[in-house]
Amino acid sequence: MGYTLNFNLIWRHFDKLWGGLLLSLELAVISIAIGILIGLLLAVWYVSAGRAVRTVIAAYVEFIRNVPLILLVYLVFYGLPTVVDIAYSAQTSFIATLSLYSGAYLVEVFRSGLEAVPRGQLDAGKAIGLTPWQRLVHVRLPTMLRITLPALSNTFLSLFKDTSVASVISVPELTYGAQWINFNTFRIVEVYLVVTAMYLLTGYALLYALRLVERRFRAAH
Amino acid sequence: MLGQIAYALPFLAQGFAVTLWVSLLVVVLSLVAGVMMGVGLVYGPAPLRWAVRIFSDTIRGIPILVLIFFVYYGLPAVGIHLESFWAAVLALTLFKTAQVIEYLRGAVGSIPKGQSEAAMAIGLTFRQRLAYVIFPQAFRRFLPPWINGVTDAVKGSALVSLLGITDLMHAINQVIGRTYEAMPLYILGAVIYFVVNYALSLASRRLERRFSFIRE
Repeated sequence: MGYTLNFNLIWRHFDKLWGGLLLSLELAVISIAIGILIGLLLAVWYVSAGRAVRTVIAAYVEFIRNVPLILLVYLVFYGLPTVVDIAYSAQTSFIATLSLYSGAYLVEVFRSGLEAVPRGQLDAGKAIGLTPWQRLVHVRLPTMLRITLPALSNTFLSLFKDTSVASVISVPELTYGAQWINFNTFRIVEVYLVVTAMYLLTGYALLYALRLVERRFRAAH
Repeated sequence: MLGQIAYALPFLAQGFAVTLWVSLLVVVLSLVAGVMMGVGLVYGPAPLRWAVRIFSDTIRGIPILVLIFFVYYGLPAVGIHLESFWAAVLALTLFKTAQVIEYLRGAVGSIPKGQSEAAMAIGLTFRQRLAYVIFPQAFRRFLPPWINGVTDAVKGSALVSLLGITDLMHAINQVIGRTYEAMPLYILGAVIYFVVNYALSLASRRLERRFSFIRE
């Protein structure tokens, strides 16, 4: 095979990878924060709304879930500005895309979570005289969040991996950094070994931390 | 505008055919590899189990895009030359195989232990136990998520456009490069992907309901 591993050039340009990793995390965190807002609002609206609203929300969810993320990224970055008078950086455009994307997945998560809140809790809330709003905020949402926490952390981890798609519109996250080093140094095997290790270590560290949080807030049975 | 798009339709259809061909290859190859490795994970000796576990956890822990670049740029560097089409199919197959391993593990794991013990008690060999007792039951658990997972192969296949393979995604970008009609073409592409994947997820849901008579 005659290929000798040489990591020197990778370490020399490691700032590209380290900065990329931080940006990947930033993109994932901002997107899931907005996604959680979208998901919560639409899920709460869905379970209390009539047929028309439900159809529209379901259409949004199904559309996003069944179209490749890369196409959505292109559509928002290259497509939208041709029909609407807006201008944004690649990074902003990607955050918008990934937020809408995670929002669609989270509507489903929260909706099934809301339905899994035991009926008796809501009746108990009614019995002690809570208003519908109080029942939502103090009874339904807290229980629902406990139930959906594992699904939330899975969504976050998969969003962290999805940030790699931002490289196609030249957002300098981790995969973009890898490609930069790939094309400029040709230490191909080395750079992808290092990047694979970085994704794995970060991903599994996050998984471990999130599992600790889940254990702390586990829903009482 | 419509004229330009109509003019591009045969080209887009060719791209769509490539998308379907890549997806089909990936789905079939990963099914074979994933079921074999999944059986290894559940029933194999410890070293094999560890190997499959490490394979699956590594593949599932990195973005598909990184996997695709690793295979596409990395293999020639170590002297293995694959056409870009086959490099893409290989990378996506690795990704899907890890999924299939987990579906299989979940499905087989959901079959009560008593089934296996009863089969052993009446003297069935390992292969007979799998073929006549475990797999027929596990199949109903395996099928719905697996069909739903086929959409991941179709969606993932859009990434092969980055290797210059003219699939539907790449064809759309090329037509946009000529016509500058970005929005209509992206929407058309989204609709095509949507129709294929939505049909698959409907099929998955229907099967799940059909098989829901199985007791936990």
